Parts: sequence; structure tokens; C-alpha cells
Amino acid sequence: MPSMTMIQALNSALDVMMERDQSVLTFGEDVGYFGGVFRVTEHLQKKYGAKRCFDAPINECGIAATAIGMAVYGLRPVIEIQFADYMYPAYDQLVSEAARIRYRSANDFTVPMTVRMPYGGGIRGGQTHSQSPEALFTHVAGLKTVIPSTPYDAKGLLISAIEDDDPVIFLEPKRIYNGPFDGWPDRQVAPWAKHPASETPAGYYKIALGKANIVREGSAVTVLAYGTMVHVALSAVQESGIDAEVIDLRTLLPVDIDTIVASVSKTGRCVIVHEATRTSGYGAELSALVQEHCFYQLEAPIQRVTGYDTPYPHAQEWDYFPTPPRIMKAMRRVMEA
Amino acid sequence: MAERVTRANGAAHASKDQLLGYYRDMLLIRRFEERAGQLYGMGLIGGFCHLYIGQEAVVVGMQAALRAGDQVITAYRDHGHMLACGMDPNEIMAELTGRSGGCSKGKGGSMHMFSIEKAFYGGHGIVGAQVSLGTGLAFANRYRGDGKVCVTYFGDGAANQGQVYESFNMASLWKLPVVYIVENNQYAMGTSIQRSSSETHLYKRGVSFNIPGEEVDGMDVLAVREAGLRAAERARTGKGPVLLEMKTYRYRGHSMSDPAKYRTKEEVEEMKTRHDPIEHVKKLLIDAGHATEESLKDIDREVRAMVTASAEFAQASPEPDPRELLTDVYL
Repeated sequence: MPSMTMIQALNSALDVMMERDQSVLTFGEDVGYFGGVFRVTEHLQKKYGAKRCFDAPINECGIAATAIGMAVYGLRPVIEIQFADYMYPAYDQLVSEAARIRYRSANDFTVPMTVRMPYGGGIRGGQTHSQSPEALFTHVAGLKTVIPSTPYDAKGLLISAIEDDDPVIFLEPKRIYNGPFDGWPDRQVAPWAKHPASETPAGYYKIALGKANIVREGSAVTVLAYGTMVHVALSAVQESGIDAEVIDLRTLLPVDIDTIVASVSKTGRCVIVHEATRTSGYGAELSALVQEHCFYQLEAPIQRVTGYDTPYPHAQEWDYFPTPPRIMKAMRRVMEA
Repeated sequence: MAERVTRANGAAHASKDQLLGYYRDMLLIRRFEERAGQLYGMGLIGGFCHLYIGQEAVVVGMQAALRAGDQVITAYRDHGHMLACGMDPNEIMAELTGRSGGCSKGKGGSMHMFSIEKAFYGGHGIVGAQVSLGTGLAFANRYRGDGKVCVTYFGDGAANQGQVYESFNMASLWKLPVVYIVENNQYAMGTSIQRSSSETHLYKRGVSFNIPGEEVDGMDVLAVREAGLRAAERARTGKGPVLLEMKTYRYRGHSMSDPAKYRTKEEVEEMKTRHDPIEHVKKLLIDAGHATEESLKDIDREVRAMVTASAEFAQASPEPDPRELLTDVYL
């Protein structure tokens, strides 16, 4: 099986789907001729022509809106918003149109579009190239939200997203595009080639939406994470020696509540980790779900490790970013309670 | 509506002191940017850094057309605008290195800097967003009746954002004192204007809003200044906005990690060797007998010393205090 980076795996997913299905097309800023600023769409224009892989002007609202129009008439557009931080002009279209057309047309029309967006911090991008806006999407009924953490998952999930008949927000953790960054900024990041989940089939396969992945089994505490934070959490678990169970959610909405409940019922303790700001973040939803389902099994208050409630900083990135020491501290706190 | 290419021709339009000033200001931007590129290469500047090299005549020419107090707002390729506004090179460089001595105390970085004193309203990382903010600044100017003009810069890429046209409509409808400058360097990151725009003559983009447009040789500081003076006069006297398309060129990549696969080396060389804005002013100065190669070297030395001092300041300035992470925001 070939070893791929997350970028290559995403590229492969698009390639496979464009090969299989004439209704799949992809466009966005710098996506066609240039191959994408992160190279996710490299070679696709050459292979499939500018009819199916093309450049859009810098107008995120227009990109999202035209994709919705394409989708309701049976195409399966995959749009790239160059950075998730650029999506706000498109937000109206995603919320008011894409998410709701199925409901308000009583199922006459669906919107089978996928919105790919590199997101997250750790690249010194400052406040306009580092944000984690997942909660802005999980709050919207009608949207699905997916975040992969490995090349293998990225490809299988993207294929599922493209085949899904509803709009899927596909957030790509750009800090781990080229290697599984573990949250220690001063340490060398190993390339994906050294990680087992870089083994990625060249052809078609799917990972179902709504299914979490237990990436480390343990009995002492459940750690819920997604994206880059899966690797940061694993690193924290390894350093701490705590026998934690680490769950990679993979899909935020619909969320795999069964896997979460089974784990927390076993461990009785829960730590939630995300990069995004804390207040009204997705961790608040997870915390509420765990409390609703596992209240009588909980041995300690749930802990959240998140970004702070500030804009993403430029110079002080590593004070802001939920690094392993902060996760270890939270795990110890739930263990001691 | 005005539709013409503005090309000023020579020293007749500017005094010796003016020309020497433009030369110095453009050289400061170039040397500053070269040094920023070096500091980036050394790992002292991280993340995103967009250099202005090649486009210096636009901001220096426009600044010469403004009055004290007129506002400037731009996008993320902003170092040149700040230097042209007279902001302290030390503070700009220290913001690039993320130090406490930076003009945003290390919180903004390359794309997000500001100066109340110099009426510089940023420094914005979201493509096109500043066009609407500049329109609002112009509204405030008219409301206050203070006679100020807001110069609102954006790039050829931003020219396709919907909010630009919402702004054009309001600015023209309400006769706001705003001068829109589209710096057309022909490439929106890796996508050429031909690949992204149905009308590539961007000065025509104001037509349906009754905004007069002019195409200007943005490599010629005097052409820029002349067009800027006319536009600012019109805006200041209540006749409404003007759109100036500055035909310009960036020599470096879009940012520091640019594979440069979207244009030829020959094209870049042609612009550098035949259309360089600084060489142009240098020639005007020498041809008019205002300066010699030797006397211009004195200016170069002076500028280099300023830039060296800024780099030293930017490395010596302390890292921000950890507590700064949670200040300047409502919590």
C-alpha cells in the first residue's frame, strides 16, 4: 500500500472520485492551474481538464453559492476555501441556503456539495490564517462536519463526504498536512511516512461519516479530540504515563455518541481537547453530551483544554495552543478528583 | 468617466527635493523589505510575510498626493504603506519578529499593524475586507466635515470580492471622500488576472456605479502622484470617489513560500531591468543634474543604516510578556 501525506491522500480521494463520477468537479482560489496553495489539487486540471478542475476568482461567497446551484441540479462540487479563516463571506450561503434547502423543499432538493477548508493553528499564521471555526458549523442544522487526523482517514472520509447527499464541511488540519505534529514546537516532526496511518490504498474506499476511532485504548480517563489535537493528546498521554483512552471523533456532526458513552462509562473521567476558543466551542457540546449520558458514571468534573477566548495571537502562539503540558495537567486534575 | 493612461514625463513635474525625497522613500521600502526577507530566512520572522518590492512607486507617489491627516488603509502586503506613511521602521520590523516593541506589541504580525499617529488603519489579512472599512472611514470624514480623504488600497485579486462593489455603490451614492487604489500586480497569489477576471481593465470596474476610473503607470512615481492629486481633490471637494488602477508588479513571490510556477523568470527580469520604479527616479535625478551616482550613494548609506538599526531593534526587543496574551480583548 502506498505511503501518503495527508495532502497526497486528499489529492488521491479527489482523483478517485473524479475518475469514477463525471458529476464530481472541484474549484476554488488557485485550485486549477496552480494546483492549490497546499497542493491538494495538483495535477487534477491536467488530468481532467479545466471543465472539472478550475480557478475561481477571490470571492468565497460566489464560490459557495455557485456550488450550491450546481449541487441542487445533480453535480457534486468539491470547493476549496483556501483557509477556513476566509469562509465568512460564504457563511450566509452555507447556513441560509446549503444547510436548509432539503428541509424547506420537503426533500425535493438536496445539496451534495463538499466544502474543503484547511483550518487550525501551529503554523504562525496569526489571526487570519489559524482559526478553528468548527463550532460555527456544528451549530447549524443541516450541515455535517468532518475533521480527519491521518492520511488514511482523510481519504476515506473525503470520499464519503463527496458521496453524501448533504452538504459536508470538511475541515483539514493544515498543521498535520505533512506530518503528525505532536504539540512540541521545538521537536522535529516525523514525516507521515513513519506513521502507520500513512498507508493509504491507491483506489476507492470509504470511512463512514459519524464513526469515531479509538486510537488508544485505556481505562483511566477518556480523552476526546479531533484533527491535530489527536496527535497532541497521544503525546500527552505517552509523556504522562496515564492509561488514557484517546478517541478521535473524525466526524463532529453527526457525532458518534455510542463510542463516547461506552468509553466514559468505562473510565468515569473525561478530558476534551480542541484548538478553538473555549466559550461556546464544540467542547461545550461534548461536555453537555457526556454529562447527559454519563452523569452517574462520572467520577470527576469534565475538563476542557482549549484555545483561550482571544483572537489567535501572532507572537504568543505556543502560549495559546493546547500543548501536551496543558493536556497532562487536565488529565491529572480529573485523576485526582 | 475618465478613461486614460496617465504617464507623467520627467523632472519638469517635480522639484529636486521632491525627487530626492521620493528616491529615498522608495529605497527605504526596498531595503527594508530585503532585510525582512533575510530575517525570515534566518527564522526570526515566522508565518506569513508578503514583500512589497517592485511596487514602491505606488505608495510613495500616493503619499505625495495626500495631506496630513488623510487616512490610509490596505491589505496584507502592507510594510511599504506603513513606511510611506512615516511609521517608525523599528516598530514595523519588531512587529514582524513578534516582539513587544512592535507597533502591535507582537499581536498582529506582518499583516496586522496600525498607527493612530500616522492615520494608518491597517494592515488586513482578509482579502477585500479593508475596502469596506475604508469606505466607512470616508463616511466618518464627511460626517465630521474634517476635509480628510481616505485612501483605500486593494489588489487585483480582491477586486472580485462582492463587498468591494457594495462599497463602490455606497461610496458613490453618498459621495464619500474615498480614493480607491487597485494595485494591479497581475497575480492574485498564483492566479493571473486573465484566469480570474472577466474584465481585466480594473479601472473600468466603477463604471456602473458612476465612479470615474483611471489607469496609471504604477511604476512611475510622478504619474501616480499626479493621478492621486486629481483623485484626492475630487474626493475632498464632495464629488465622490475615484478608482485608480495602478499597473504595477511584485518582484518577489506572493509570500515567502511561493513556488513561482505561474510566471516566467524572463517576465520578472524584464520588469526588474526595464521598468524598475527606483531606477526610473534615479535616471530622472541624474539626467536633470540634480544628483550623481556618488551623491545617491549617500542616500543609500543613510537608508541602509536605518534598516540595519530596525533589524537590530527587532532582534533586541523583548518577547511579549506572557500576560499580554489575555489583554486588549474583552474577557
